Amino acid sequence: MASKLVRHSHLRALSSSISINNHIHSPHFSNPNRAPLSFSYRLFSNASSSSSSTGGFQRSSSLKDLELAKFASIAETWWDSEGPFKPLHVMNPTRLAFIRSTLCRHFRKDPNSARPFEGLKIVDVGCGGGILSEPLARMGATVTGVDAVEKNIKIARIHADLDPVASTIEYCCTTAEKLVEEDRKFDAVIALEVIEHVANPAEFCKSLAALTVPDGATIISTINRSMRSYATAIVAAEYLLHWLPKGTHEWSSFLTPEELVLILQRANITVREMAGFVYNPLTGRWSLSDDISVNFIAFGTKNCQ
Amino acid sequence: MFCTRVIARKLYVNVSRLKVRHKPFCTDAATRVSGSNCGQPSPEHKETHDLSNNIQHYDIAIVGGGMVGMALACSLASMPLTKHLNVAIIDSNPALGSRPYFNKEDPPDPRVSTVTPATISFFKDVGAWQYVEQHRHAYFDKMQVWDYTGLGYTRYNAQDINKEVLGCVVENKVLHGSLLSCIENTDFQKTIYPSKLSSMTLPPSPSSLGMDSTSSRPPLSSQRHLAKLELSDGNSLYTKLVVGADGGKSCVRELAGFKTTGWNYSQNAIICTVEHTVENGCAWQRFLPAGPIALLPMGDNFSNIVWTMNPKESTNRKLMNEDEFVKDVNNALDYGYGPHPTSSLFGSGEMFSWPRAGVTLSANDCFEVPPKVVKLASERMVFPLSLRHASDYVSKHVVLIGDAAHTVHPLAGQGVNMGFGDAFALSRVIAEGIAVGSDIGEVTVLKKYEAERKPANIMMMGILDGFQKAYSVDFGPLNILRAAALHGAHFISPLKRSIISYASGEQKLPLFT
Repeated sequence: MASKLVRHSHLRALSSSISINNHIHSPHFSNPNRAPLSFSYRLFSNASSSSSSTGGFQRSSSLKDLELAKFASIAETWWDSEGPFKPLHVMNPTRLAFIRSTLCRHFRKDPNSARPFEGLKIVDVGCGGGILSEPLARMGATVTGVDAVEKNIKIARIHADLDPVASTIEYCCTTAEKLVEEDRKFDAVIALEVIEHVANPAEFCKSLAALTVPDGATIISTINRSMRSYATAIVAAEYLLHWLPKGTHEWSSFLTPEELVLILQRANITVREMAGFVYNPLTGRWSLSDDISVNFIAFGTKNCQ
Repeated sequence: MFCTRVIARKLYVNVSRLKVRHKPFCTDAATRVSGSNCGQPSPEHKETHDLSNNIQHYDIAIVGGGMVGMALACSLASMPLTKHLNVAIIDSNPALGSRPYFNKEDPPDPRVSTVTPATISFFKDVGAWQYVEQHRHAYFDKMQVWDYTGLGYTRYNAQDINKEVLGCVVENKVLHGSLLSCIENTDFQKTIYPSKLSSMTLPPSPSSLGMDSTSSRPPLSSQRHLAKLELSDGNSLYTKLVVGADGGKSCVRELAGFKTTGWNYSQNAIICTVEHTVENGCAWQRFLPAGPIALLPMGDNFSNIVWTMNPKESTNRKLMNEDEFVKDVNNALDYGYGPHPTSSLFGSGEMFSWPRAGVTLSANDCFEVPPKVVKLASERMVFPLSLRHASDYVSKHVVLIGDAAHTVHPLAGQGVNMGFGDAFALSRVIAEGIAVGSDIGEVTVLKKYEAERKPANIMMMGILDGFQKAYSVDFGPLNILRAAALHGAHFISPLKRSIISYASGEQKLPLFT
């Protein structure tokens, strides 16, 4: 096993010298008023793509099968904005605001355009029911959505066909590794809430990097391994608020921002921006913030060789 | 016998073939077939013309092209993220089809609105205020509110809230015409349907998107996620979002099944234009036993009257001769029902003097008598008063704005300002949704609009209803309390400022700012 699972403790030791540029630049969407409380929780939207990292690794297949079964059982409710995926629907605009802001700047697109991503090829790794893919398509991108759960892909396809704009999305039941084998390339590779369900994050990042064109963008969101994330994502979200089914997350498999920056660096991707998501229980909305202690999202660019 | 029957059948066949041939023109019939053979709709956010039938697709259909509906259209046309939207406006009002033209010599129409500084800045943002300024309008920077008991009065000045004006009185037709002119001068894609909504079919909820439908059923048509509107002239259209801007008796609200709560005040308002010998520069409101009378400046020597009273009085006053009516109005605005209030009551304001501390310049303003009315300058119109509020403003693919969502007492002229506030908020929420690639018919997008507007509207409705109730009882102790409230509002400057701020459309809670 050449790609041995990188031990978190090892990574943590290395990461102390890395400084993270967590400058947020999204004047239209970031909320300057930080919520006094910030309950956050881990999203499990793309958990199914855990398989993508495991491609040929037998070891993690049991976990994968369990996760696949878990998400397949609620796949039909993907598009019910009042259903089990409600928290995700509520959070989606905030994730997209970050994506819009960073990609518009990197690719020099007009932020006042209704379709700023026109001309960009984007892959949504772990697309689930297509909650992220459809908005990206409406914003003008040429979108490929991949997910390891066939049922998700079916749901995504049916739903996308309801809207002429979204019907242009290419959905495939496949993994990031297989796309690499097919030698596919994208201007931007997006994997939201996937990496914490993956057996080998370092290998997964290498696959994402291989899918990204030189000077292209890679965006990853996940949950931090902090005391606050334990309190909010596991105790609050799973046990107190019942937002998520119990056992959705395994805290020890979370990555800290420093660790993520490091493994992306090794995959030839430089993290340029990082932001946190905070939930305001009074307004019921999420906003972007400097606070990366629970949910966070990273934007990186692939180095030109 | 046999022969004739055959002929009859032949005739019938011919007739039915004729009908078929007419089908392409009769869109209503054509829609029934549309579901299965929908064409290849364009992936652009553009009007798609379905070849198999004549049904147009739109991003937004605004039902009701009145002031609030047109304000929404203008606002959408003015923002970079929404100006590409393809919008249908459904209204049978012929004014929508023609360029507005007003004769400056005509006396002002009695249907006017008192627009707040917030509404004025909204009109400036969308580019419509310049057209208002070309027509008759009257800014006012002073306001006097008093009480028939002679116990209390209060005067507001624009400078109390650091504004140049408290508001502006504009004829509704001017506001509407300005919005029309504004939108005519953009390249916004809008289609006006001079018709009425007759039925609305909403798509099924997405939770019914089960797996069983994937295998057996044919591919779902793209129209499955659109609302279908059928119009009284036989036209039909598909849209992602239906906006009900069709007033207090909203058809959209009815068809979408929104519940409302409300009541009728057994009161009517008489509305008319009157003339003075001098120009009036102040808004006046006096609370009388049966309800308030307001005298609003309208430019030149004209003013507008909104006078609330019981239905019997309103019938009498509508029918009485003009001279008598003018006499009644002057009486109501001067010594009728009770004396002029003086500030010497309540110990010459001593008990309220502590918070003054040099802030309340206008507190020293003396009570004034409004200018005399010399002539009635329009017909007298009578409207019943009611309060109505929809329990929800949004559902999937449908949203209510303006009077369709809330109908109020015209007490402070707040009704249309609330509607403009709705239009502005909704267009902004739509723009924010488009920025992040949302489907604009999604309820999660629309809920943001509801969350923003409902508390603001309920608060304003509560204030207006409270005022109405407080002044519909003529009972000694209550009168004194009421007068004390007016007195208090007059002298306690920070409180007064926040009340006017709220009444002038600023999005803050009174008292807590």
